[in-house]
Amino acid sequence: MDTIISLFNDPASYRLLTIVILSVFLGIEVISRVPSVLHTPLMSGANAIHGVVIIGAIIVMGQAPSDDYVALVLGFLAVILGTLNVVGGFVVTDRMLEMFSKKKKK
Amino acid sequence: MESTILQLSYLIGSVTFIIGLKMLSHPDSARKGNMVAAVGMTIAILATIFLYEHNGEKLHNFGWIFAGLAVGTIVGTLAAKRVQMTAMPEMVSLFNGMGGACAMLISMVEYNHMQHAGEAAATTGTMLVIVLGMVIGTVSFAGSIIAWGKLNGSIKDRTIPAGQILNFLMMGGVVVLSVMLMTGMASGAAVFYGIAALAALYGVLFVMPIGGADMPVVISLLNSFTGCAAAFGGFLYDNPVMLTGGILVGSAGTILTILMCKAMNRSLKNVLIGSFGAKATGGGGAGGKEQGNYKEISMNDTATLMAYAQKVMIIPGYGLAVAQAQHTCHELEKVLNEKGVEVSYGIHPVAGRMPGHMNVLLAEADVPYEKLLEMEDANDQMGGTNVVLILGANDVVNPAAKEDPSSPIYGMPILEVEKADHVIVNKRSMKPGYAGIENELFFRPKSSMLFGDAKKVLQSLVGELKQM
Repeated sequence: MDTIISLFNDPASYRLLTIVILSVFLGIEVISRVPSVLHTPLMSGANAIHGVVIIGAIIVMGQAPSDDYVALVLGFLAVILGTLNVVGGFVVTDRMLEMFSKKKKK
Repeated sequence: MESTILQLSYLIGSVTFIIGLKMLSHPDSARKGNMVAAVGMTIAILATIFLYEHNGEKLHNFGWIFAGLAVGTIVGTLAAKRVQMTAMPEMVSLFNGMGGACAMLISMVEYNHMQHAGEAAATTGTMLVIVLGMVIGTVSFAGSIIAWGKLNGSIKDRTIPAGQILNFLMMGGVVVLSVMLMTGMASGAAVFYGIAALAALYGVLFVMPIGGADMPVVISLLNSFTGCAAAFGGFLYDNPVMLTGGILVGSAGTILTILMCKAMNRSLKNVLIGSFGAKATGGGGAGGKEQGNYKEISMNDTATLMAYAQKVMIIPGYGLAVAQAQHTCHELEKVLNEKGVEVSYGIHPVAGRMPGHMNVLLAEADVPYEKLLEMEDANDQMGGTNVVLILGANDVVNPAAKEDPSSPIYGMPILEVEKADHVIVNKRSMKPGYAGIENELFFRPKSSMLFGDAKKVLQSLVGELKQM
């Protein structure tokens, strides 16, 4: 119980919680009233953005001691998977949207 | 100084995500928005690699990091460029799963790390964040892989007996074990990996029975799960850009999920609990009216009917997508136009496998934007339309959604094709559609069936029309 109370006494967690709450409202605000045509690209774009988890993978990888093979291998896999998420996500979204812009020019 | 630049880069990253997402929700700026977010992501990644330090120590293992980035970039780009437009939904699901797996692996490494450092190093808060990130990442990973398999047809819909209870038990197990791990009542790698295994199983069983038209909703939901998993990583490393990016996607994804549900006039609870396939058999039995006979129409008759019509509306569905018939479809439209026939497309918001799927597909074939009518406009114009050609769409034109309260899709808005003079339905066979429910439309007096693969049928139609 004490540990839980100590969580609430830590000023750092309040800073992070503030970011969380503001981001929640921002996310809702930004997405509301989207034409259904854009649902798929939007989902795909959001998919690429949560690829930001790659930063965690880079930190894990970069901190792994060079003799800890488990950490090295898992970290390496994490970096690959995270990059797939980011790069694949953005490229797929761009391909979808490319088609929309093509017909706009006409 | 360096840490200031790092924090500044993270700030830039967060802002680009917000702006990018905002721009993505408008047709004109969408593509640029995607670019903006990508640039922000690159800045945040590079800054992390070169500037991040923990207790005064910089990151090392650059060889591994860059090798991983290179492999991921090459494979990701190739996969994303090569994928057929029709296979887009499963691709998104797969990439989403990769993100979930990434979050899972991070938590595992951090857990090992913490065990080596001794339990004393683990505060309850850190442990909570590690376990939550792992659980959500794993559920998202397992669920996305199942969703991917379902969409590309390698995994069939299956209802597990007592699946609901099993799911509840497993979720309960995850919660209980996690609490025990955090309060120190249980410890050790076995418990941690036990939780991971349960979470993976939960992910599989959670998606397995959800079938039919609901898959896009599930993918969107899993998408927001991965967002949350990424945000827990942000807590773990006290990293603002992971936090904003993750939470933004988490909340935006949830809203998007709800919007999609609304477009189909179904509640989220309904989607998650009431599995489509299971209910459909029950509904079929209750509403088992005499189906009567359907009539077939020949290619030649179809061509004649269309050539002498004034207004033709094409209603595309997943059948068009599987057959890759979007280009042939555009050709048919052009031939008809030459003959003075007015052609438009009626697009149901959930036709295909994902909302907007048909728009993307037809856009690929250069069909002009103005010809794509949204459902309301399409229904308004249906009255003056002579021929409606349905290409592999089924549930979105099923009159049961309006007339039969026992039908699982009852209440979903549909394209009211029966207001037109003639309805021609192209399907491969009489098998029910993706949602697994019979469609009475096929047996109605105005309807006639044109069997065959959408692409082949369209090709012969174009052939017939050109000879006329």
